[in-house]
Amino acid sequence: MDYGLLSSIIHSILVASTPLVFAGLGALIQERAGVLNLGIEGLMIVGALAGFATAVAGSPLLVSIFAAALAGAMLASVFALLVLKLYANPVATGLALTLFGLGLAALAGSQYVGQAAPQVAAWNLPFLSQIPVVGPALFSHDPLVYLSIFTAFVIWWFLTKSRSGLILRAVGENHTSAHALGFSVRGVRFLAIICGGALAGIGGSYLTLVQTPLFVEGMTAGRGWIALALVVFASWRPFRVIAGAYLFGSVSIIQLHGQALGVSIASQWLSMLPYIVTIGALVIIAGRNDLTQKPPGALGSIFRESK
Amino acid sequence: MTESVAIAERLSASSKQCLGVRGLSKFFGDFAANRDVTLSIDAGEIHALLGENGAGKSTLVKMIYGILKPDAGSMELLASAYSPNNPGDAKSAGVGMVFQHFAVFDALTVLENIALGLEGRFPDKALATEILEVCERYRLHVELDQRIHDLGAGERQRVEIIRVLMQDPRLLILDEPTSVLTPQETEQLFTTLDRLSDEGRSIIYISHKLDEVRVLCDRATLMRAGQVVDVVDPRQESTRSLGEKMIGERLSETKRTQTIDAQTNAVRFSVRVGDVYPESTRNVVLTDVYLSVAPGSILGISGVSGNGQDTLFDVLTGELTLPTPDSIILNDAPVAHLDVEQRRHKGLLGAPENRLDHAAIPELTLWENVILTARHTRGILKNNHLISGKSAKAFAEEVVTTFDVRTPSVNAKASSLSGGNLQKFLIGRELLGNPKVFIVSNPTWGVDAKAQLFIHQMLLKLADQGASIILISQDIDELLSVTDRICVICHGRLSRTFSTEEMTPELLGALMLGQEIDS
Repeated sequence: MDYGLLSSIIHSILVASTPLVFAGLGALIQERAGVLNLGIEGLMIVGALAGFATAVAGSPLLVSIFAAALAGAMLASVFALLVLKLYANPVATGLALTLFGLGLAALAGSQYVGQAAPQVAAWNLPFLSQIPVVGPALFSHDPLVYLSIFTAFVIWWFLTKSRSGLILRAVGENHTSAHALGFSVRGVRFLAIICGGALAGIGGSYLTLVQTPLFVEGMTAGRGWIALALVVFASWRPFRVIAGAYLFGSVSIIQLHGQALGVSIASQWLSMLPYIVTIGALVIIAGRNDLTQKPPGALGSIFRESK
Repeated sequence: MTESVAIAERLSASSKQCLGVRGLSKFFGDFAANRDVTLSIDAGEIHALLGENGAGKSTLVKMIYGILKPDAGSMELLASAYSPNNPGDAKSAGVGMVFQHFAVFDALTVLENIALGLEGRFPDKALATEILEVCERYRLHVELDQRIHDLGAGERQRVEIIRVLMQDPRLLILDEPTSVLTPQETEQLFTTLDRLSDEGRSIIYISHKLDEVRVLCDRATLMRAGQVVDVVDPRQESTRSLGEKMIGERLSETKRTQTIDAQTNAVRFSVRVGDVYPESTRNVVLTDVYLSVAPGSILGISGVSGNGQDTLFDVLTGELTLPTPDSIILNDAPVAHLDVEQRRHKGLLGAPENRLDHAAIPELTLWENVILTARHTRGILKNNHLISGKSAKAFAEEVVTTFDVRTPSVNAKASSLSGGNLQKFLIGRELLGNPKVFIVSNPTWGVDAKAQLFIHQMLLKLADQGASIILISQDIDELLSVTDRICVICHGRLSRTFSTEEMTPELLGALMLGQEIDS
């Protein structure tokens, strides 16, 4: 076995998976607050463009990430306004957000097509990156890979160890009761949508900053939808989102290498695999009557204060 | 013990009066929900708030709890001015409220649910210890790690009560706390409330159940149309006199007078079934059910909730069909194999216990709900599949006017009606179909006294017209005043049938506990 190849396969799996981790966590934080946002795809592409545009203009990586987060958050705030304040149907609004984001990015990004962003330098973690095979595979990445894992940890800590996280879960579980206890359902959901939008934006920017330092119309290519499926697959737990994202990433990378090695499975089958796995997971979740695996009770429902 | 005495001294030291309400008014547009309400509650007092639906009880407690702001008047809590702007103010001033619909979260644990109700608390070990101390003191048992989803109504309520007690309240408001509890759970609740009152805490107790108020409460304030009409000592009143004071008119006594069936021995409807296994394993298995009803007669079936009444209702109405047709005979014809629809064509109609979800669809209008059961009458269904909205509305209008249903129009959603009005509508819907046999389960559950009386009169009138009625109920007074004969269901088994005249509450109680009574 060629350890150099193995190491580079693992490295590329992490690179392929990181946008899904960010976007999945962005969807997760919203869904735990009871908000179903189908606009993740639109938020990602807007973030991809914002990150790319700032990088091309010569800004440092930190500024590009911030710009991507801001773009995602701003577009998400439109969603928040429509859904929380004007009681628009969240499913239709989310779909519209995806279409709007894709169109907006295509329009504003046309001038950037064909340009290249500067390469993001890898952070070689001291000592760890020196370990043979494992080092180059896991500990020699761009900062965003580490940030994605750190974000999952922060969200896990927030949801399970902080009072604010408990309130967010309560709002997502039963908004009527949360309101009766005096919590601001709208405020909590607004913040969750903004954070989720920012994370989706960063996930999008990873595509243009690291994966392919280019911007192309529609380049998110359905990753926003995979992220939404991932959250269900992960039964709304942050670390399982990472596991799911890496599984999806592995399938797509192994498929590429498989083709190179001449394995004769049609790539379409392999592309379908993540979705088949998701459907399988959904069936298993539905069959097990375990409440901790179920979606938040108020997911996707509209909150009105009257009565 | 010494601890509770210490608390009692601490609480009573401040003042004898806990809450004083003076001249409180609240208007919604022109409508006065509360007008010049004055009320005084002493420390350690359990004070009942009685009134029909819409009498203004909820508005009053919402003002005390800071959910609504009064338009006029003032309040005083523990000898200082009190005007809460929101429930948070009320909580910090020492007022706690247990809602009728519990504000709990299914997927969260008991500990997390309690933490959410406490300002700035996190579900950690320290909180768990404090909760267990409170539980110990009031003998309330809960498992902190359980999720609310796995708990029954009584346990959920206990979680709410603990949440309120953790705030060390001086005044507790309970809104219809026993409406979802079993008799045993009710008894436990009363023990807790007595203990709280011994400690000097005051309790405002809203209930429809006058019997409970007479047992539990020190004083009762009666409200009608937004005003206080009387303050009485419920222990000196009978249930009936309380009810009369509450609705402001004399309740004509509902008493069954024997009619035709006494002489004739004709049987309209008879049931003789062996074992019936319900579809859901949660329901009780019926064993050897035998009963029969004559025309113009009312048979009551008593029993503690959950002893097979649900399955029995399903078997009688045809929601559960049996393979042996002749185990149920209606007018000499076997019907046990027929479903609800087929039995309805033969004149057997029913009104289930659960008004919303089972008898009606909450989100549909009244006239749409008519179509659910009465579609084969008066041309509501044209050619058997097209709905005539006009006929359905006319039918609904007729139900509304005939049975005094208070609703803005037949276009109102079923869920918008009060329990009593919806029940009148739902029973009326069946009665206009001229049932020959009518099966009804707990028709007056959660219904105010006036509507209760009306529903009883509806049933008596139906019997006078010659229908056979089976009344499944947990309300002993109801059974004793309305029925001709009574039997009791216990663990899925029916007792011998007694004539109502020879039945006493004591005998009923013994039968409900499953004791064998020889005649």
